[in-house]
Amino acid sequence: MTCENCCIELIGIEKSFGAQKVLRGVNLPIRRGFTTVIVGESGQGKSVLLKHILGLIAPDAGQVIVEGRDVTRLRRSELKELRTRFGVLFQGAALFDSLTVFDNIALPLRERTRMPAAEVREKVRATLELLDLSGSEDKYPAQLSGGMKKRVGLARALQLDPEILLFDEPTTGLDPVRSHEVYQMFHETQKKLGYTSIIVSHDIPKIFNLADYIALLHEGVIQICATPEELQRCEKPLVRAFVERVMGRMYSSEIEDLALAAGI
Amino acid sequence: MVEWLENLGAKALGILMEIGRAGVFLFWSVVGIFRPPFKIMPIIKQIHVIGATSFTVIFFTGAFVGMVLGLQGNYTLRMFGAEGALGSAVALSLVRELGPVLTGLMVTGRVGSSICAEVGIMRISEQIDALECMAIDPYRYLISPKVVASIISLPLLTAIFNIVGLMGGFLVGVRLLGGSEGAYLSTMKSSVMAADIRMCFIKSICFAILIVWICADRGYWVHKSRNGFGAEGVSRATTHAVVISSVAILVADYVITSLLLA
Repeated sequence: MTCENCCIELIGIEKSFGAQKVLRGVNLPIRRGFTTVIVGESGQGKSVLLKHILGLIAPDAGQVIVEGRDVTRLRRSELKELRTRFGVLFQGAALFDSLTVFDNIALPLRERTRMPAAEVREKVRATLELLDLSGSEDKYPAQLSGGMKKRVGLARALQLDPEILLFDEPTTGLDPVRSHEVYQMFHETQKKLGYTSIIVSHDIPKIFNLADYIALLHEGVIQICATPEELQRCEKPLVRAFVERVMGRMYSSEIEDLALAAGI
Repeated sequence: MVEWLENLGAKALGILMEIGRAGVFLFWSVVGIFRPPFKIMPIIKQIHVIGATSFTVIFFTGAFVGMVLGLQGNYTLRMFGAEGALGSAVALSLVRELGPVLTGLMVTGRVGSSICAEVGIMRISEQIDALECMAIDPYRYLISPKVVASIISLPLLTAIFNIVGLMGGFLVGVRLLGGSEGAYLSTMKSSVMAADIRMCFIKSICFAILIVWICADRGYWVHKSRNGFGAEGVSRATTHAVVISSVAILVADYVITSLLLA
């Protein structure tokens, strides 16, 4: 692995769907214990990138290194073992619609561990409480609001104590209050559990408050992967255009700050 | 000309890949049966879905098929003065052919379509991806219990179909049209051999595997099919699944019959 303190590293990932080339050589290091947010316009391949990390999609070229192992070369059983370290919150939460909230959250424990039923019940109840879902355990996903679905999705993702959590657009389709709820829940759980997280999001600039690193995906490549401060001060025209578009001109470079101060 | 050949080659490769993918699908579904943790409840639930809820439709289909056989058999055999052989005709038609084939076709229509739709919806709503991400084998969790349940349910449903059909034939051929009760029962008993019963169960087990294999496979790979997105993609896959597995049952019936009679 070329990047120290990285748990995941994408090297030269290329992927096409039919004639459409979505990823054109993506390089991205994900640092352990930090939150990396992948941003970019719709259709740039952000979710596709997440699926590469999970081994759900194989790249046409390049390597996906997770904990020192190339995901693209792993056998089925090795991939399965590696996935136990991940927790994933899908865009639509991907809850099992024929199972209740309780059964959804208990599923990974029942299927992946030999935990006795009483212990499973206890652990699920504790998570329900942590995420303010008590009283909803007997409901079906169709009876939940968008924000609750996301919380149940996160509760399920947290059951096996993952080291790495992937969030695919966690606040899409939610109103500002619910989005805030999701961010707060995310912030609290990360503080308690200390996992590495990768978030794909459209919710700019709000998501910047959570990010340790921001990666901008544009035209199939990562244009920059930097801290929010570095991103705002970056002089690269494409990055500047992006920052100004999403945040306005208040985040300007030092030169502009001086110019502004001088009243020019 | 070159373009035409290229298209033909691409199509042939596509079909081969699909067959290969379906083969791998069946392999992992069968392997999943023997993989721990072994859980009985999902199998019982599937036996309820595939077997118990199909009982009514199998009962009525069997009854009316038997009654029609009794009716047709009685008139046809009377032309040759052989109405005494009605029991034998009804029993052999039912046990060897109509029982397993019609049960297979009814279950395909009733359960195969729902298996395809269920798995297809799970695929397009990322529930199968979620299973994989939780390191839960989707074959073992979703498909294997259905394979086991159908292997248990279909022979039982076929047996019910046969028994109800024989009673239907008896009702029409003997009670309504005045055939000989003793002749019906004795020819039925003497003409059906153990080999016929064996053939019946071999067929129904093969059809059980075919139905779950084809229907679940079409749902599982719905996103790989052309325009396989959304509700329309799932509905198209469901239609294909029912058509393909119905035809497959008829083809398999011919192949198994020719092999076992040889």
